[in-house]
Amino acid sequence: MAMIEIERLVKRFGAFTAVDGVGFSVERGTVLGFLGPNGAGKSTTMKMITGFLPPSSGRIRISGFDVAARPLEAKRRIGYLPEGAPAYADMTPRAFLDFIADVRGLTGADRRRKLDEAIARIDLGPVLEQPIDTLSKGFKRRVGLAQAILHDPEVLILDEPTDGLDPNQKHAVRTLIKGMAATKAIIISTHILEEVEAVCTRSLIIARGKVLAEGEPLPEDAGWRFGTLEAAPGRLDAVFRQITTGQSSSDQSAELAA
Amino acid sequence: MMNGTLAIFRRELAGYFATPVAFVFIIIFLLLNGIFTFYVGGLFERGQADLRPFFMFHPWLYLLLMPAIGMRLWAEERRSGSIELLLTLPVGLFDVVVGKFLAAWCFTAIALALTFPVWLTVSFLGHPDQGVILAGYLGSLLMAGGYLAICACLSAATRNQVVAFVVGVVVCLLFTVSGTPIVLDLVSAWAPHTLVQAIASFSFLTRFESIVQGVIDLRDLIYFASLIAFWLFANAVVVELRKAG
Repeated sequence: MAMIEIERLVKRFGAFTAVDGVGFSVERGTVLGFLGPNGAGKSTTMKMITGFLPPSSGRIRISGFDVAARPLEAKRRIGYLPEGAPAYADMTPRAFLDFIADVRGLTGADRRRKLDEAIARIDLGPVLEQPIDTLSKGFKRRVGLAQAILHDPEVLILDEPTDGLDPNQKHAVRTLIKGMAATKAIIISTHILEEVEAVCTRSLIIARGKVLAEGEPLPEDAGWRFGTLEAAPGRLDAVFRQITTGQSSSDQSAELAA
Repeated sequence: MMNGTLAIFRRELAGYFATPVAFVFIIIFLLLNGIFTFYVGGLFERGQADLRPFFMFHPWLYLLLMPAIGMRLWAEERRSGSIELLLTLPVGLFDVVVGKFLAAWCFTAIALALTFPVWLTVSFLGHPDQGVILAGYLGSLLMAGGYLAICACLSAATRNQVVAFVVGVVVCLLFTVSGTPIVLDLVSAWAPHTLVQAIASFSFLTRFESIVQGVIDLRDLIYFASLIAFWLFANAVVVELRKAG
């Protein structure tokens, strides 16, 4: 059974359709990358999967639990890093994680172990007692990640997990995601193409609320295949532009030249 | 379910004390109470051992101070985006609403309890009716809860705390004075008698005054309890409707 199942998901805001019939499923062991331009509907889709926004139509199941019908069961199984990694600025990371552990009903030895594990994995030790307010962007993001993985969820939804991080921090977060991939179903959103190559085992290119293409890595690190289009390692950008703008890169350079 | 409400209650209550909010609020609350009770209300000059001059000003104090407490409850979550985190945790929306409200109410109760020196003064100087004083405190707390529930709901409607504060003061004012000529004169000219009476019955002032005199009418208690319940329910509805924006 797929851990995330999504059928014909639609979200309208007034006359604007942010998500328009998106459907896919994610198995355990998969890191699915949402790739798309800003405003493509990636975040809105994630907000619906995590039960923050109700869909206009369509259906979402997390480990078999319908998000609309059994929201608490679904939410228990999800770890979520919202866009921008919001947290409570006045709290210290330790108090914040304690709060999350409280809400998630963790108790006793299991609670201590999970807290220690998340703190160690994300390497939050040095800033545990400083107000989140005073932390650097990288550490704020890591606090958000620690919160998301705290209860060792089956499903992880990470909205731009490496946005605003420096190259070393990006590398650390990607290593972390890859390290957890085997036992979880993970969705990350990004507009950084190299990130897809670095961590994802599958990718959806999303634009204007629709899934335009689905991609997989080719065997032996030979790049990625999106439908009929193939991209050499490190050359995803041409394929991405072609899919999202409907123009091949040679068209575009011709346009620029003209 | 209780887990979530309790965790949110604790986080919120600790939040007041993690920032200067708690100390500023409590000091101002006590200072204003002192000024009103002893100078404006003339507690000593009256020569009576009771706390009427103390309680008399509570509706007006709360009118300003409860919106100050309530304005950040939801507006702040929406502004910082933490609302998205909060509402994707495995807690029901109403449990969150109740947890936040109870924390704010409990904080108010702490501030109110710290007025005990006024009670000690009166008890030391004379023999006040302790039952009436207890009723006054209970009524004051209930009324504060009413104001808070109103402000919590309004706070959910905006991400701007200043807007939440100003609208909170205005709506609280309407509920405070709806039994006085300020509102009734406006309405009685054209509205049917029953409507005028209905509006008058919303008045915090009228109900609170009778409680402070030691008259605990079950209807007044039910009024405040159902008012709180109504606004908390509205709070949940507003959060649900507005969270996308």
